[in-house]
Amino acid sequence: MAELRTDVNLSGHDDLYAALLRLHEDRTEAESLKIWSRLVLLLANHIGDAEVVLQAIALARPGGAGADAHPADATGPDRMPEGRGQ
Amino acid sequence: MSGHHDIPVYRRIGATPAPSVRTDQAGVVIAGAGPVGLAMALDLGRRGHCVTVVTRLDFIAHCSKAICFSKRSLDILDRLGVGDAVVAKGVTWNVGKVFRGDGQQPIYQFDMLPVKDQKRPGFINIQQYYVEEFLLDALLALPNVEIRWGHSIEQVTPRDDGVDLDILAAGTDYRLTADWLIACDGSRSTVRARMGLDFEGRVFEDNFLIADIRMTHEMPPERWFWFDPPFNPGKSALMHRQPDDVWRLDFQLGWDIDRDAATRPENVEPYIRAMLGGDVEFEREWYSVYTFQCRRMARFVHGHVIFAGDSAHLVSPFGARGCNGGFADIDNLGWKLDLVLRGKADQRLVQSYDHEAVLTADENILNSTRSTDFLTPKSPASQALRDAVLELAQDHEFARPFVNSGRLSTAVAYPESPLSTPDEDGWQGGVAPGAPVPDAPLGDGWLLERLGDDFVLLVHGWQGEVPAGLCVVATQGAAARRLGLPAGAACLVRPDQYVAARWMQPDRDRIGAALSRANGGTPWPN
Repeated sequence: MAELRTDVNLSGHDDLYAALLRLHEDRTEAESLKIWSRLVLLLANHIGDAEVVLQAIALARPGGAGADAHPADATGPDRMPEGRGQ
Repeated sequence: MSGHHDIPVYRRIGATPAPSVRTDQAGVVIAGAGPVGLAMALDLGRRGHCVTVVTRLDFIAHCSKAICFSKRSLDILDRLGVGDAVVAKGVTWNVGKVFRGDGQQPIYQFDMLPVKDQKRPGFINIQQYYVEEFLLDALLALPNVEIRWGHSIEQVTPRDDGVDLDILAAGTDYRLTADWLIACDGSRSTVRARMGLDFEGRVFEDNFLIADIRMTHEMPPERWFWFDPPFNPGKSALMHRQPDDVWRLDFQLGWDIDRDAATRPENVEPYIRAMLGGDVEFEREWYSVYTFQCRRMARFVHGHVIFAGDSAHLVSPFGARGCNGGFADIDNLGWKLDLVLRGKADQRLVQSYDHEAVLTADENILNSTRSTDFLTPKSPASQALRDAVLELAQDHEFARPFVNSGRLSTAVAYPESPLSTPDEDGWQGGVAPGAPVPDAPLGDGWLLERLGDDFVLLVHGWQGEVPAGLCVVATQGAAARRLGLPAGAACLVRPDQYVAARWMQPDRDRIGAALSRANGGTPWPN
């Protein structure tokens, strides 16, 4: 079974990101949702492997890796630098 | 002086008296004594030209302002003879890290010096006033450079062969008749306004707070950036070390704020204490709120009036592309104007500055616009995309290159430059015409140290005849490898360290033709 790739498999990230932003320029939220949906369907068909797409669906789901990993309203003064990094 | 009481002073110099004549003459006039104007003066002054710098201030301002100076800028400052002083004072860094929320591990990091073994680091941090002071000290040693402090340009009247300036100095008007005017007078350029010229581009609706503070603090010399940290929820923040225990803190504030109130200490300090802890001890160095634009003039060359630095183009600060972009301008312009002033090249060589500096500005504007779009999403869809990238980057490598906290300044290539001779010999890789020469160890020193203020032919094991007056430097080992020069090959390097042409089998005629082309079409030798 093919496995979903999550290593870097693209170049030109900034160009692609800019193109995705342009896709939504001057659109309503409903239009944007439709556009995202069309894009997903196009890409899923191109991938051509439902197993891989299902793995991506699992990762994209809220609660999937990285999602909502922190409460946005957390506060605390002692968050900073010492010992961070490396 | 009057009108500038609100600007803190780093080094007071005092107003220069008005000249005793009502009409004065100058060769090259440079408007503005910021880092770009002073570096322009130093480049032309070192080449022996009579330069008059005119600045409305009569002191160096005590504001940190630009702090991140790129490797390319350090290479330029090396050529101007002040690189060692700047690097010795600065804080050297290469690595940037991006954090999300209260995460202790970076979700993304980058290295601004991916190729090691170069003379200069990817970046240094140093307060702008130190750079200005080092440049000024170098200028004071040049008898052919004059700086007029406290002189305001009131009118600009271009002529076909120069420009007339009406200047006000301590209540006295005088006229300065110049051959050339280089406007390095900043984002609110008087020269640009007096000539009725303007910017084109985007204005961004966001405010950022700079809090430069002095404190004792341990942290690696790295650029640290946060998205949605606990101490500035939903917004971004940045922390970066400067010399003298000064730290640059930067907080995204949002659009709908009271900008005057935002820099009052009682409003700034809660941000600092939230970030560093309630009991942190610090002194205020410089607080400032900024908004920004990503805009440029349509053209930078207007007859004998030329724009460089912020007067010509503006970018957001995320990417350190402001002052570094200005240094790229003066580096590009200096040798061209030098050849024109010495009668060695036709004036159309200066037009190539328009092509190349506009290209540099466009790349800087593109990158800083994209960083800003990432930092400040403008719609629910762009917010969702940005937040999805940040979430996924936490655990998945594929998402990390999308994270954009600023794409930091590197040298810009000019692939379509009219000064370049297109490749003919079936080259693969290496440094193409229009790209800058990379540094590499060479002999006891460095490749870039061997390039001077003039054209140079870099050769790899080739010993043929060259056009008269052209300097030849032999490369080998790492230097030849980084240039991509096989044995027997050579490349022609412009005075600003950009490759103009390269050959697998060089010969004098081909080199001469490329020199002429890089010289704006004027035959070589001349």
